[in-house]
Amino acid sequence: MTEKIIRHVLAEFAYQAPKIERGYANQTLYVNVATGEIKAKPVSEEMKFKFTGGKGFDLWLLWNAVNDNTKWNSPENEIVISSGPCGGTTQYPGSGKSLVTTISPTTEVITDSNAGGHFGPLLKFSGWDAIEVQGIAERDVVVIVDAIAGKVTVEELPDAPTDTHLLGAWLYDVLAEKPHEKYYIAMVSAGTGADHSLLGCLNFSLYDRKRQDVRYKQAARGGPGTVLRHKRIKALVVRAKPFRGDANHPADPERIARVGADMQHEVATWDPVQNRMRNRGTPYLVGIMSDYDLLPVNNFKFGSHPKAHDINGAYWETRLTQGLPDGCWYGCTIACAHAVDGFELQTGPYKGQRVIVDGPEYETIGAVGSTCGIFDADAILELNFYCDTYGIDTISYGNTIGFLMECYEAGILDLEKTGGLELTFGNAAASLEILHQVAQGEGLGRLAGLGIRKAKAYLIEHFEADPQFVQDIGMENKGMEYSMYMGKESLAQQGGYALTNKGPQHDEAWLIFMDQVNNQLPTFEDKAEALHYFPMWRTWFGLCGFCKLPWNDVVDPKNSKSAEPAKIPHHVQNYVDIFAAVTGREIDINDIIAMSERVYNLQRVFNIRLGKGLREHDYPPYRGVGPVTEEEYESRQERYDKQLREWLGLDPDAMTLQEKMAAHRKYRTERYEHLMDAVYERRGWTRNGVPTVEKLKALGIGFPEVLAVVEKHLQVEG
Amino acid sequence: MKVLAYVAQKCTGARTCEVTCAQTWFKVQDVSKSSIRISANDGIFAAEFCIQCGKCIEVCPTEALYYNKQGIVLLKKDLCVGCMSCVGFCPYGVMYFAPEEALAFKCVACGQCVKACPSEALKIVELDEASTSVWDFRF
Repeated sequence: MTEKIIRHVLAEFAYQAPKIERGYANQTLYVNVATGEIKAKPVSEEMKFKFTGGKGFDLWLLWNAVNDNTKWNSPENEIVISSGPCGGTTQYPGSGKSLVTTISPTTEVITDSNAGGHFGPLLKFSGWDAIEVQGIAERDVVVIVDAIAGKVTVEELPDAPTDTHLLGAWLYDVLAEKPHEKYYIAMVSAGTGADHSLLGCLNFSLYDRKRQDVRYKQAARGGPGTVLRHKRIKALVVRAKPFRGDANHPADPERIARVGADMQHEVATWDPVQNRMRNRGTPYLVGIMSDYDLLPVNNFKFGSHPKAHDINGAYWETRLTQGLPDGCWYGCTIACAHAVDGFELQTGPYKGQRVIVDGPEYETIGAVGSTCGIFDADAILELNFYCDTYGIDTISYGNTIGFLMECYEAGILDLEKTGGLELTFGNAAASLEILHQVAQGEGLGRLAGLGIRKAKAYLIEHFEADPQFVQDIGMENKGMEYSMYMGKESLAQQGGYALTNKGPQHDEAWLIFMDQVNNQLPTFEDKAEALHYFPMWRTWFGLCGFCKLPWNDVVDPKNSKSAEPAKIPHHVQNYVDIFAAVTGREIDINDIIAMSERVYNLQRVFNIRLGKGLREHDYPPYRGVGPVTEEEYESRQERYDKQLREWLGLDPDAMTLQEKMAAHRKYRTERYEHLMDAVYERRGWTRNGVPTVEKLKALGIGFPEVLAVVEKHLQVEG
Repeated sequence: MKVLAYVAQKCTGARTCEVTCAQTWFKVQDVSKSSIRISANDGIFAAEFCIQCGKCIEVCPTEALYYNKQGIVLLKKDLCVGCMSCVGFCPYGVMYFAPEEALAFKCVACGQCVKACPSEALKIVELDEASTSVWDFRF
């Protein structure tokens, strides 16, 4: 950079990065952007044992930072980011994830979201197991963790852009004194969309050495980008020193290498003939989901569409740049972090720019695409890019637009209320226009930027929407928009979505094939066991710094002969080995479940502490359970009629359509109640969904302040 | 472009090459640190070592692997982050890994094993003279 860059340092904290020991830096970083206080907090052996790292560290730090009345926009709310002890391992695919936790603006309870990119591992290699950022700055600031200079600063950079693709390019140039220093810089940012909506995502950067450009992965669920921008933070940045593959200083590097070599070879052997993640990334799912009636179409009314194959995995293999090592962290040869290079934007403030579109991921294709009735790949790419650079969650945005499209077609919205936008399913131009309005804080963008739950309230209050109808069709639970799978024919997945801590994101459980396709969970108890085991198993990835995809998106076929193929035992053993080899702590699968249960139950109690987290908050909208409209019933009449005969012993030929729909609704909602009872019991919770004192004590998290939260509720329940 | 070549008929299984390689590059006798591996099956010997095909360069995310002017694939140690992508994706299974320093290693056709081989089973030749029959393609 030739021009003089203005940097006002508002606060500075000098430090020396400690040696990483067995995956831990053994300290966390606290930054208050309002007061300028910056300090190190020690990590105790008890903290490591009980909360492991990642989301566990996030939650514990956040728990101690807020009070019972803290809201998402309270100064004491924090953004907390941690990778975990195995984060930064380079020898095993998918070992560079970061977990971000905060109080969500849309759910108003704890949200956690994970992302790839280099921030978490480089933060740790720079001496910090986690960063917690508190306070609200007076003016826009950037927090810079500079391991090379040995200091942490809060700075004003008045020339820094806000939208991520501009900010990243600018900041990397400012901070890298030599070109190769960009390899070791990572940042977390949002964008102007996060300034004006509740759907803000965080972009986690990585420097792509082959493309010689900055790439981004998103931690998007629950609006963490909105919290970041509300704190007036443009970016959190780490500038690390060059590192080697033993930067975690693991206890047993040979064991890691042995397991890593096996897994790398497994990926190389089987991915080409299985999901082709290395060529297609997660979009390989689009065609499969449509074939199984699981791809959300037109606000989850339908599960498939003939045009879905225009945007399926085979298509994306022709569109995504091929032949590059697209891992979001080093050594991830699953390499799902693909991109479309040189995409020329057709709309908005950056029209005409040629950009890298990071993705699209399957979820994005479903959300801004099929559930809005949009099957135009270029429109999906444009929506994807702008959501990312504006700092908006593609899932929540697309899902909200799908909801508003149905409201438009149902007459709740009209041309006058949309400002002239004909918001019918399939209108990509309208979705793009609203997206730009979100970034500007204008027009219908203000409504869309609220997310579905708050948009529902607005439509009821101002546009006389039928409360029952919008409740039924708005695909949110707890205030979070659903991710992109149709769960109507899988009771277990209905629970997998709504019996969650943060809301309906499939990172807790994806049970549709086990339940609906393979019928491996026939009883309520079977489903409850799955809704115990899999959420705990998947939670563990987020404690350690792992990605879930290498667990089950490429699998040696020998797995089919194992005792429990759905659990993929030989991969579970890989994770046991890696964890033990990094930390020196020998574990087995029971320890893994216990590690997750501590964190999972703490998160449940945290939600209760914030005034929610009970049974009443665990109900799905009926659109996620059964047919809301006659159109939906008739689209699958043969299936629904057959179910009435087989499940309920009714004769659909003797019933009106309304009677048939009512019978389905009664049956489906009652069986969900049974599922809740079974799951709560399996998890050691009361019928109201409250963890018991005995459970919390058994898990080792019976701290007085934790017990005090549940005891109030337990007394009420008797 | 000159590469290492192996004549199975001449090999007596002395494994001098393995020891020489480990000693040359790691200063140890441990043959797990050798970039050439000899195997025996019913008295017939085979050798595994890099043929400089360059597939590893494609999968390396850090640009640590590259061709030098002589066509040999080399590793820039200061760029390698020990990710083992090259190890897992080497079509011939001849990219190796040293866990204690978290670095990949491979045959760079240095020729030390040629000098040490008591039966003249190894030689440095032009690429088109090298037989590939000894290499087992993994994928």
